[in-house]
Amino acid sequence: MREMESRMFEMESTAPRVQLNCIVNGEAVSAMVDPAMTLLNFLRKELKLFGTKEGCGEGECGACTVIMNGLAVNSCLVLAVEAGGARITTVEGLGAGGDLSILQREFMKHDALQCGFCTPGMLMSARALLDRNPDPTMEEVKEAIAGNLCRCTGYVPIVEAVLSAARLEREAGRS
Amino acid sequence: MMVDPYYRHVGRPEIRVDARDKVTGRALYVHDLELPGMLYARVLHSPHAHAEIVSIDKSAAEALPGVKAVLTGQELPYLLGLYMIDKPILARRKVRYQGESVAAVAAVDERTAEKALSLIRVEYRPLPAVLSVDEALEARVLVHEDINELDYVKGVFFPGPDSNIASWNRTIKGDLRKGFAAADLVVENELTLPQVAHVPLETHVAIAQADPYTDRVTIWTSTQSPFAVRNLVARAFGVSRRDITVMVPYVGGGFGGKAGIHLEPLAMVLSRACKGRPVKVQATREEEFNQLPVRAGMRGRVKTGVTKDGKITAMEIYFDWDGGAYADYGVNVGRAATYSGAGPYEIPNIELHSRTLYTNKVYSTAYRGFGHLETHWIVERQMDLVAQRLGMDPYEFRMKNILRDGSITISGERINAWSGRVDHCLEAVAREIGWTGYRSEAERQAAFQTGKARGKGIACLHKAPAMPTNTATAAIMQLDEEGNVRVLLGAVDMGQGVYTIMGQVAAEILDMPLEKVKVICESNTDANPYDWQTVASKYAFMGGNAVIRCAEDLLRQLKEVASRALHCPVEELTHGEEKIYHIQHRDKALTYRQLALGYAFGNGNAIGGPIIAHGHYIAEGLTNLDADGQGLPALDWTYGAHGVEIEIDVETGEIRVLKMASAFDVGKALNRKLCEGQIIGGAVQGLGSALVEGYKFTPDGRLLNPSFTDNKIPTAKDIPDQIVPILVENPQVDGPFGARGLGEHPMISVPSVVANAVYDALGINFYELPLSPERVALAIARHSDPANAGCNDPSNASAGRDNPDASGRHAASPRGETA
Repeated sequence: MREMESRMFEMESTAPRVQLNCIVNGEAVSAMVDPAMTLLNFLRKELKLFGTKEGCGEGECGACTVIMNGLAVNSCLVLAVEAGGARITTVEGLGAGGDLSILQREFMKHDALQCGFCTPGMLMSARALLDRNPDPTMEEVKEAIAGNLCRCTGYVPIVEAVLSAARLEREAGRS
Repeated sequence: MMVDPYYRHVGRPEIRVDARDKVTGRALYVHDLELPGMLYARVLHSPHAHAEIVSIDKSAAEALPGVKAVLTGQELPYLLGLYMIDKPILARRKVRYQGESVAAVAAVDERTAEKALSLIRVEYRPLPAVLSVDEALEARVLVHEDINELDYVKGVFFPGPDSNIASWNRTIKGDLRKGFAAADLVVENELTLPQVAHVPLETHVAIAQADPYTDRVTIWTSTQSPFAVRNLVARAFGVSRRDITVMVPYVGGGFGGKAGIHLEPLAMVLSRACKGRPVKVQATREEEFNQLPVRAGMRGRVKTGVTKDGKITAMEIYFDWDGGAYADYGVNVGRAATYSGAGPYEIPNIELHSRTLYTNKVYSTAYRGFGHLETHWIVERQMDLVAQRLGMDPYEFRMKNILRDGSITISGERINAWSGRVDHCLEAVAREIGWTGYRSEAERQAAFQTGKARGKGIACLHKAPAMPTNTATAAIMQLDEEGNVRVLLGAVDMGQGVYTIMGQVAAEILDMPLEKVKVICESNTDANPYDWQTVASKYAFMGGNAVIRCAEDLLRQLKEVASRALHCPVEELTHGEEKIYHIQHRDKALTYRQLALGYAFGNGNAIGGPIIAHGHYIAEGLTNLDADGQGLPALDWTYGAHGVEIEIDVETGEIRVLKMASAFDVGKALNRKLCEGQIIGGAVQGLGSALVEGYKFTPDGRLLNPSFTDNKIPTAKDIPDQIVPILVENPQVDGPFGARGLGEHPMISVPSVVANAVYDALGINFYELPLSPERVALAIARHSDPANAGCNDPSNASAGRDNPDASGRHAASPRGETA
């Protein structure tokens, strides 16, 4: 059993690197990656985008959530090579031109964060929701962030922040 | 939001200073840090709860390319501990819990380190394990066979010779026999709760860089206790505090689990073994559950004597803590229970025994509430159980015994008019949820038929910081040439918002805009002033006072220079709007900015110099507890109460919280929004303990649920429909602007209040946590069984009926009530 694991390991680490082209926060990225590397590690270790966090590495906590082709995904469960050709947005890509986005401002205003470790993932799940549903109900917001664990806030201010951001974004869209 | 017009900054719902960094992803945690030449560590764990280590062969691991060091307990003759010096860095000679660290590897990357682990061969000889409080008390097997030789803090903790008792602390007040003799009714119960994990989203992580030529070491760590880490590393390795630097950037949650010392010593010895290259040790989520410490499990046995009209005459309590393999903070949790473990009530005669027991399970430490959630699970359920037996409204029963001005606590402290008001808190939540007493059996039956049973509950709480009598903190302020103030604190902000409220306090005293007060959001033991550690809900109170004194020192220094510059006595100067000015001739004024680095007269002559102020605060007037638990341990008591309304699906047993009202006498809310954030967050964390969380072990002591899959915490879908935070403000005269601590309190008594509401809904009493759907549904099924017919008579209370019902255990457990 141990020997088999070792062999698998060798195979992984000596496997030839593969080409990855994708768009991260609007910028074209091209890199040679280990086919076993997760998208999370690619973002953090290769691109040095440390905003995206790892809370469990098993897809259970949501701290590593990023948006890939419009969908919120746990980047710890996605291989980097699966992101070939994809558009990826991380927390670093939320603001525009040095300004915070409405969603980020509402998180601040509603005190929707304490330790802040779940916040990037929480923001990305909320962003993905508002992109596909600009007028969500409270239940839809809770559903959208149900995969993002937060131990500090009790979620209430997060839900309020997302609902408030939705309203402000709709108003901004109309004006 | 209500704002006090009297204050410019204090009380205002300011946005936290760290919010911008945290919504942009710019906030860096130790989790994110990479240093040049950094190596990565992985740890091998014991598969046995209790076993001898016969041999370890690490040669193959050491030979693996990329591996820089492999360490075992053999090479590390150090023992660590806060109160009992009992814990090796890596297991030596034997393992004491499944999950204990046995060997560690440092390698060029995590994958190589992981592979090296698989090459380490360990031979164990399993030993019989101690897996319950009863087995621990029997002491047929000793977790620490060398308990008689262990070093410990004497006079404060009381380990038992040749036993598994890490410490036996007690309170003895009044005359227990007389107290029970005066009672019309004696009610006895036993309640338990399991181990629970803290679950910070950032797992424990430390990086150490040890200078190979000297004793110097720099440690970056996700901790609540930079100065305690410095202190404990110095003690463990026999090196000077001068040589140790501890750096703490943003911390991704602590909840008590990052107090004290954890992965830092391992990172340090690995770095030493790797010729001083920095080594990063980060716990996986599984290690966070299974290697790092937890909240202890506990069994409480409680016996209360009451008169017919509801006055408590006596209480006898045994808290037996399932403390796991090492004492860590567990023994101090046990000690704190001796002065607060009977709840916020006046008990004339009491004997309270709190025994922290060694068992072969993952060890226990501080967890938000420091034992009070656990003790209040026992006593706040007992208050309802006694009220049921008395046929009295539990609200009325509590009010008859509640601590008030003039009451004496169980440790002999006199409560006064400025101690805060637990009765105000209870009143507030009862009003908010519309409490009118238990519903009748007929009402219960009617609701039961609809498939949704509803109930309401109430519970009280109190807690004071558990800390040494000489606990101290300090603050430093410096002015720059624009008149900005930099504030350096010893505290760590792990999300509770301490940097924000300390900025508000400083700006208030200095009467200047909040934007010009910069609180440094990082802790560095070489630069920041000392603070004991960020625990115990003590910092708003102590740090607030230190910051006030520091700001006053700053003003005094500004006035001294201004007095010479303006040629007028200091006594005739005052301050406001960033200026020092004459009390009568207000145009005789100098701005902070003009004075900040020294003042220059028109001819070039200069006086003064860069202004640096300091302020400190030490807990004064506290005394150590004597052998009977008598003394003054409490700097400030924060009182609180919860009220809930719940709905239970009688088919699935699922509990939904419709409304939760939580009131705390905070004295003065320094930032209303952050206070409410603590209350809501703590309430939901408490609901985790009430409804879903808890460790499960196999019969041979292996943890069954070391992952989020099986050890769930509340998600956004599990929160109450409505949470109403209530801030009661009866000022604490010696608190900063009247404030008291609040960080831990919202969690306390949440399980109790939910179980009290479950009784109201179903007429079933529960004695074990969590109140999972499975547990509730099974109890409903047993309760509705025709074999138990006639059990719905409330006068029959809970004795023979509910014990097996609710707990699923045998009626033989010594929990039966006697009148």
